Amino acid sequence: MTGTLLLSMGASSMGFWAMGGYARFVWPCFAFAGLVLAWNWWSARRYHAAARVRAARTLAMAASEQS
Amino acid sequence: MWTWFYRLASPPYVYGVAARLAPWFLGFAAVTIGYGLVAGLVFAPPDYQQGDAFRIIYVHAPSAWMSLFSYTTMAIAGAIALIWRIKMGHAVAAASAPIGASFTLLALVTGSLWGRPMWGTYWAWDPRLTSELILLFLYAGMMSLRSAFEDPARGDRAAALLGIVGLVNVPIIHYSVVWWNSLHQGATVAKLGKPAMPGSMLWPLLSMLLGFMLFYGAVLCMRLQGEVLNRERQAKWIREAIG
Repeated sequence: MTGTLLLSMGASSMGFWAMGGYARFVWPCFAFAGLVLAWNWWSARRYHAAARVRAARTLAMAASEQS
Repeated sequence: MWTWFYRLASPPYVYGVAARLAPWFLGFAAVTIGYGLVAGLVFAPPDYQQGDAFRIIYVHAPSAWMSLFSYTTMAIAGAIALIWRIKMGHAVAAASAPIGASFTLLALVTGSLWGRPMWGTYWAWDPRLTSELILLFLYAGMMSLRSAFEDPARGDRAAALLGIVGLVNVPIIHYSVVWWNSLHQGATVAKLGKPAMPGSMLWPLLSMLLGFMLFYGAVLCMRLQGEVLNRERQAKWIREAIG
């Protein structure tokens, strides 16, 4: 009983990943979309962080010039 | 009535609003994209003609919509900056460009991967595909133009002008499938009265579209904070903003 259930789950899982024979087109699309979203998030964070560092440096230089 | 509009000219206000909105946008984007992915990949039935290949629509259509939305936002922000001399408009336009360019690239790549099994080719010089490729070049041109000038203000103005001129490409992309004979399929959701999809396929698509818009909002807010800091480095309020 358990073996049959596992086999059917395995078969349906295989069917899901096969995407009706279009797996080599469908999965790269979703993978690339994930990559683009991740890149956007990472680069925006990095851009903001770099701007904060630059602004802090400018403030520190201005403060040292005043003193 | 115009108070809110003029408040957008204030860099500390824009920085504060962007900082508060970004995490909310990101959180809701994760939920809607998560639902769209599960419903679109697992629960939506295969298309009767395209089979499971139609599922590419769940990343292709939202990215194509966002490529146009981002460009329109950028052009309007540039126009506001030119007409009312609101510097934050240039900051929004500069923040929007790389995000829009990445969505355009995503739309082109996923469209190409969809085209191979459906049309038998990765690429055709079709009106929709060609005008979308021109949009990618416009994004690249705007980003290059902005950084090509020694005086950042001149770069901003030149990029805003190019953005406004390039806006003519947006309706061309949208209506290309109506105006010309195109390999590309017609609108799926634009016909609001009668969408060409059943609900089980449509809801995940709308959820992905909302998710991509919210994600765009989150990343725009994060980039905008960086833009404002870069442009207002000398201002006194920056000390309080960055702690």
